[in-house]
Amino acid sequence: MRTDQLAPSAYEQDVVLTAPTIRCGSCVAKIERSLADMPGVARVRANLTLRRINLTLAQTDDALQNVLDELENIGHPGRLIDSADLSAEAKDDTEVALLKAVAVSGFGAMNVMLLSVAVWSGASDATRDSFHLISGIIALPIVIYAARFFFISAWGALRRAHMNMDVPIALAISLALALSVFETLRGGEEVFFDAAVTLTFFLLIGRYLDYRMRGKARSAMTGLQRLAVREAWEVTPEGALCVVAADAIYPGMVLRIPAGERTPVDLRITSGASDLDRSLVTGESAPVAVAVGDEVEAGALNLTGPMDAVALRPVEESFLAMSMRMLAGAEESRSTYVRIADRAAQLYAPLIHLIGFATFVGWLLATGDWQRAAFVAISVLIVTCPCALALAVPVAHVVASSRLMAEGVLIKDGSALERLATATRAVWDKTGTLTDGSPVLAESLDASPDNDAAATLAAHSAHPVARCIAAAHRAPALPVEELREHPGFGVEGRIDGRLARLGRPSWVAEIAGEMAEGDGPAFAFAGAQMQRFPLRETLRDGAAEAVTTLRDAGLPSEILSGDAAPAVARVAAQLEIEETRAGLTPQDKVARLQELSAQDERPLMVGDGLNDTAALATAHVSMSPASATEAGRAAADFVFLREGLDAVPLALTVARRTAATVRQNFGLAIAYNCIAVPLAIAGHVTPLIAAIAMSGSSIAVVANSLRLNRRRVAPATPRLREAAA
Amino acid sequence: MTILHLLIPVTLVMGLTGLGAFFWSLRNRQYEDLEGDAERILYDNDDTPMPPRKDELR
Repeated sequence: MRTDQLAPSAYEQDVVLTAPTIRCGSCVAKIERSLADMPGVARVRANLTLRRINLTLAQTDDALQNVLDELENIGHPGRLIDSADLSAEAKDDTEVALLKAVAVSGFGAMNVMLLSVAVWSGASDATRDSFHLISGIIALPIVIYAARFFFISAWGALRRAHMNMDVPIALAISLALALSVFETLRGGEEVFFDAAVTLTFFLLIGRYLDYRMRGKARSAMTGLQRLAVREAWEVTPEGALCVVAADAIYPGMVLRIPAGERTPVDLRITSGASDLDRSLVTGESAPVAVAVGDEVEAGALNLTGPMDAVALRPVEESFLAMSMRMLAGAEESRSTYVRIADRAAQLYAPLIHLIGFATFVGWLLATGDWQRAAFVAISVLIVTCPCALALAVPVAHVVASSRLMAEGVLIKDGSALERLATATRAVWDKTGTLTDGSPVLAESLDASPDNDAAATLAAHSAHPVARCIAAAHRAPALPVEELREHPGFGVEGRIDGRLARLGRPSWVAEIAGEMAEGDGPAFAFAGAQMQRFPLRETLRDGAAEAVTTLRDAGLPSEILSGDAAPAVARVAAQLEIEETRAGLTPQDKVARLQELSAQDERPLMVGDGLNDTAALATAHVSMSPASATEAGRAAADFVFLREGLDAVPLALTVARRTAATVRQNFGLAIAYNCIAVPLAIAGHVTPLIAAIAMSGSSIAVVANSLRLNRRRVAPATPRLREAAA
Repeated sequence: MTILHLLIPVTLVMGLTGLGAFFWSLRNRQYEDLEGDAERILYDNDDTPMPPRKDELR
């Protein structure tokens, strides 16, 4: 085995790569086989569930680079996961702690129940007392260990004078324990150790599922492509290039931005010219030409030519970081949302505590026996312990989120589903959300000498507009001489001995004989008529259907865009959206959303850009495509991995059905209480009845939630009518 | 009823053994890739188990 061959060297480094192309066991075998024999690799293990590769490297030098090259070769390109993300994932070890607590309380529930069944079926006197004693010895440490999550959370809520579902839970569990200890020492007949342990067991399962859902969504997010720039090229005063970490950039440092990379900080260009794609920063759909002296925000993508620029601000003061800070402010506003379970707890907890107290007083007045009165009052609190109520929400949410995850929609947490179900309005960003960001020609090109020449020039440029012209017109390539690309202007070349230019109209006009009105890029032969190529944005798949379906479901749409008005109007006309606002800054978007909330609307914001980040965090609920900026994805409640926008109505359908299921679950829990509470007040609840009633109601709630998984929604044509009813 | 003095400790010990086995498997990261482990049996290259969870690392 490999580990035995390699003596443990002084140097060992664990790295984790993400490789999204791992899809089956044979990929795992292939990766492990080809990496295991590489020099410098001590251990390798691919993880199919997380689509990751865990590596232990035994050499300092270029082992990692060789591994990445090899992965690229065998068709499973991997990327290093940032250690900060990994430690953020690992730091939250609540999930493992909860799983351990589930196991421990499961063990306890099993054994205590075994002894309790013996007591219920007739063990008496000394046997019964010793069984009670053994149950107590098992139950006490286990409940203290496993139920600590509820005690801590309940204490946290009480200290802030709040009420949550954990308060009645913690109270019921601790009272059940205290009463049982007292009864055991007294040699009493009825103890509730089994109730305390099984309650803990059931509730912990619900809590664990809730955490697991979040953990799964988070590790799926870590695998997504990152946009934030973590390193940059510095041009040293001697003219050499060297890599610097983005954090180490200081104002005044000269940086080289090669074509195809994003700007790491806010910059002023000192040499070179290029076109920038600012769509993720401002929402503008058209690339912007920049030249020496222009200032550029962090996060813009350099499209055509390399440029040198001087850093204006360090990373933490750049546009990107500023929008992150705006985000933090906006999220505070959302934290006022109270989850449905906690709202229920605010009604439920005082009510049952009042009933418990009234029972105590009633029995004390009626019988004068305070021990009996306390026993009955505590048994009321035990049977009303909101086990079913506490499971009602998380189980439904877990089922719904695993359903959505299978459809390619990730959910950050359960409250997002609750908020989505109550949304009243859909607010869309345009560039990158309703449209897929790549332009197409508005009209098809016929085979004319001009068009052939334009397509030939276009084929030689990497600019997105040029590429779409080349793709639209597949003419036989003409021979070109003296071909030159002028970054920020266009492409120039000599075809049949005539000079021709394709690019910015003002630049093409320098050689054209006649100007042409219109929009889009221009083409002309020297001295000849200029020709324009009007452009159109392509709508994302399913955009029109999504807007229509949402309208039918009672969510009228509205566009908030940072782009120019004509471009917005064109998209709005195609989608039949009446409300549009163009040319908005990020602050304007936030202001519009706040205005909507002031009108009692609950907006669903769908957006992807940096300029949407604050809006995503401000909106009642938000979604973003996987292609969004990292900041956008971090701010959104839902991230959809599929290309089409049909993910939005699909998520809405599931959210509304989940809300309906949660309501049914509450109904079941209340029906249970209507039966159990009168019995308990009358003093007829024995530990056996409590055990049957409580597990019965919990199972009913879980079974009802599982129905969410059963009925299928056809992904292409979601039927929202039944969900909306 | 003396048999109870034997049987109750036996149940507890069996339960604790199961619990201990679960904790051991959790520590050895046996639940981190359930899908992958199901497929691994189909391929006959040697694979080494994951090293146990190291606290200073994670």
